[in-house]
Amino acid sequence: MAIKTQPVTVNLGPQHPSTHGVFRLRVMFDGEEIVDVEPIFGYLHRGSEKLAEERTYTQIITLTDRMDYVSSMLNNQAYMLAVEKLAGIEPTPRGVWLRMIASELQRIASHLVATGFLLQDLGALGTPLIYAMRERENILDLFEMLCGARITTSYLRPGGVFMDAPKEFWPALDRELVDIVNTLDELEKYLSGNEIVFSRTKGTAVLPPEMLINASITGPMLRASGVDWDLRHRNPYDYYDRIQFKRILHTASDNYARYWVRIQEARESVVIIRQCVEQIEPGEVRPSFDEVPHLIRPPKGDAYVAIESSKGELGFYLVSDGGIAPYRMHVRAPSLINLTLLREMLIGGLFGDLFVSFGSIDLNMGEVDR
Amino acid sequence: MDQAFLDNSLWRNIYCNLAGGSTGSASCAAHGYSEGILPAGMEWLAFAIAALAIVGLFVNGILGGVIVLIWGERRLFGRFQTRTGPNRWGPFGMLTSVADAIKTMFKEDVVPKDADRILFNMAPIMMTAPAVLVFAVIPFGVGTYIADLNVGVLFIMAVGSLTTLAVLTAAWSSANRIAILSAFRAVALLISYEIPMALALVGVIMLAGSMSLGQIVQAQAIPFILVQPLAVFVFFIAAMAEMARAPFDLTEAESELAAGYLNDYASMKFGLFFLAEFMAEISTSAIFTVLFLGGWRGWDPVPSHFWFGAKLILVLFVIIWFRMTLPRLRVDQVLKLAWKGLFELTLINIVVTAVLIGIWPEPTTNQLWIMAAVNWPVAIISIWAVSKLLGTSGYADPLPDADAPVYPVATEQIPAAAVHVPSSPGNSQTQQGGD
Amino acid sequence: MIGLGLTRGFLVTLRNFVRSPVTIQYPDRHVGLFGAAKEAGMNPFRFLVGRPGDSIKAIAGLATVPVKLEQSPRFRGNEFVFFEDRCTACASCAKYCPLGIIEIVSVPGKIDALEGESYKLEVFDIDIGRCMFCGLCVEACPYDALHMGTGFEQSTYVRDELILTLDVLNAAEKKPSSFYRPQFEENAFDPFAETIENHYDAGRHERPSDEDMKKRWVDERWTNDD
Repeated sequence: MAIKTQPVTVNLGPQHPSTHGVFRLRVMFDGEEIVDVEPIFGYLHRGSEKLAEERTYTQIITLTDRMDYVSSMLNNQAYMLAVEKLAGIEPTPRGVWLRMIASELQRIASHLVATGFLLQDLGALGTPLIYAMRERENILDLFEMLCGARITTSYLRPGGVFMDAPKEFWPALDRELVDIVNTLDELEKYLSGNEIVFSRTKGTAVLPPEMLINASITGPMLRASGVDWDLRHRNPYDYYDRIQFKRILHTASDNYARYWVRIQEARESVVIIRQCVEQIEPGEVRPSFDEVPHLIRPPKGDAYVAIESSKGELGFYLVSDGGIAPYRMHVRAPSLINLTLLREMLIGGLFGDLFVSFGSIDLNMGEVDR
Repeated sequence: MDQAFLDNSLWRNIYCNLAGGSTGSASCAAHGYSEGILPAGMEWLAFAIAALAIVGLFVNGILGGVIVLIWGERRLFGRFQTRTGPNRWGPFGMLTSVADAIKTMFKEDVVPKDADRILFNMAPIMMTAPAVLVFAVIPFGVGTYIADLNVGVLFIMAVGSLTTLAVLTAAWSSANRIAILSAFRAVALLISYEIPMALALVGVIMLAGSMSLGQIVQAQAIPFILVQPLAVFVFFIAAMAEMARAPFDLTEAESELAAGYLNDYASMKFGLFFLAEFMAEISTSAIFTVLFLGGWRGWDPVPSHFWFGAKLILVLFVIIWFRMTLPRLRVDQVLKLAWKGLFELTLINIVVTAVLIGIWPEPTTNQLWIMAAVNWPVAIISIWAVSKLLGTSGYADPLPDADAPVYPVATEQIPAAAVHVPSSPGNSQTQQGGD
Repeated sequence: MIGLGLTRGFLVTLRNFVRSPVTIQYPDRHVGLFGAAKEAGMNPFRFLVGRPGDSIKAIAGLATVPVKLEQSPRFRGNEFVFFEDRCTACASCAKYCPLGIIEIVSVPGKIDALEGESYKLEVFDIDIGRCMFCGLCVEACPYDALHMGTGFEQSTYVRDELILTLDVLNAAEKKPSSFYRPQFEENAFDPFAETIENHYDAGRHERPSDEDMKKRWVDERWTNDD
């Protein structure tokens, strides 16, 4: 005799240990199998885009720090490129190199966090997370040297960065690059061959590349499916056209491929930073105040700039009405758009894979809700 | 009254000194006791006092052990994660778990509105009682045990499975869907892992020729970990699963179920669950020590309790090491491992051991070494074969080539027409900030 | 074969097990006998004999030594450093603050023969309870009167105490951060060891000589006004 069963709806979050912030999932389970998923978000909405309409262009930097708070340098960079395009500011070379170094460091930090939390979702009780976080702290120490803050960096200014790197930064950066590679080696030794990690992540949440492209998903998620789409290579901003780097691709498009792509991209970022350090030359780090004053008044018009953030394509769209504050600011947040295929990823899977797949998106609620 | 318990020196010392040989029982007289403290006819009081004293000693000892274990485990966690672990309260942070216990007791006891109050209150007791009961049959040293049951192994298996009933009760009574999911996993784990665990022990029982833990220790001229590698492998994994420790912590699975069946428990009710969990860790390690590491056996001038403790701590360290290193398995993989992997391994082990026992019914030390020499190749080959059967091959990934992407994307640069340009091109006519 | 990857993982965790911890214990660090002896500046044996009480405490793991966090001199910290003598009450800082938490009230002050016309500050409040330490006010200050501080331990129980008034700012210890103040980095100023007493030292430019100032503010000024 068949036992009569019925699906049960469970509410996960917003207060849940692995929702990467305040995220809520209304999930319908049939036993352990997921039948339906309804994501509910907006708990961290702070109205950054609206607040930006009341702030000067320089003041908005502090808002961008707080959008994706594990990759604030990349947010700064995307916003600054948009402002420069809007106001027609020519950045100084040393400032550009410095912000490239800073943003690549931030990319490594963000990928380390993503890897650590993916393993935390796999139930590794924090050990890989702490190994990853340990290295991230060292990167944040470098940020403290550069700009005096660790998370809310606000390092970039229109046309460059606010201050040159101190003398002690360069030897510290050299040491840190070696340490990062060591940590990545250690993590790979620990996890990449681990049978449990394999069996948990191989073949789960597989998304075909056509579907990813149709959902305009970008970043490591897209590259893990074999689509060669990296804005640093496709549409080089800053001085990425002067840099040789490998685009990391994987074909499996499952959770393991996403993890693998992130680790390898962090390695590639080290290569990029080394090239930046080789090519940087002395000079001013930002245009003089005669050229770019504190209060910028860009001409009427609009500008959209997208960069390859650690999560995907991060775009800033600014509309100026000629005043000291933008008329409208819109952010193309990769975390939010990468959530599009959440249902396709999760439905049909098991409860155990729910948060692993969710974590493999590497989303940040600060950026999703803004 | 059956006075077999007087073979145990712990009982005899207390009971016979109270009841006495001349006035009281004949058994005490047989052991050479003459005068007792209590008058004749008060043997029941002597028995009660002895029982209370011994049980009190064991239970408090275990509770103390749990306190130390929690501290030690947290310190070890810290070390594995290159942290320091708790070090603020008392010497090396030893009082941290005492402070935690006090905090837990003084917390508000919250009961959910829809909870089945009777079952909700009963579940922690149902969880803790079997965890304590297991210790009754474990010999901690020469003559240090409460009872040496002749079915000790069966007793452990039976009492150990009771905790799952408590988990199910707790989950059901707290009227929480996440808790129910957790309890279902707990039941699935129990049903799957009880069988390989019991079958793994069959080999040990055959070698020792007895189910009594005392006899098993006596039979280990060389530790059974050398003679029974397959049983060790299966028992260790099954015990981790029975304890719901990582990598099998599906019932609590912090990243999925928050705290599983514990979700709605607060205060000391939660504390009892926590206590039972750590008691299970100690008892499992103790059972492992007794069955496979030779229990209290050691070399002479050092007392037997020390040997037992040292082996226990070693096993605990390995359990904590496993817990710190391994990610969690998914529920279907856990069940697959039990039924398709461990079950077969235990059957192989039983067959091989039975053949060997058939050759040497009463193995001497040398014959045990020969058995070990036979069992190790069998263990390695069968584990390898079973891992092949479980489908673990084909992990190697073809390294994708970045210059030959699999999915075709236009390789040329984005045409200039497609790039968005500002509607009125920006120039350097920025204006000086005014007032 | 199954298990090799797991074994490598076990070895990685075991290697980390024997590594020294990376934790920075703050505000004090628990030390053993050797650490305590080193802190007291004695060799361990003399420490054991000379101060048995402290030695037992150290062996029992109860001895602590205070720890100072290693910070970058550019750290954007709490407790702004403010030199009233340098301030011209231009209110740039208040204008550039994204949160508008700086309040300035000024009145026309005296005319100093040497330093020219000045405004007198009546109110200069920074509500650091709402401050996010972005440093834009410091960047905006044209006369280097306002600097970021390097401390971070100014927590209080009352929100009102987090408003830094003029008196608080003047009385505070002057340990400015080198955030947006390249002159400190050029002079190798270490905010964790030194303080700046004289407000002339905090400036970006060298102080002009008295003759220059007299020429600029007295001689030329009067002639121009004619």
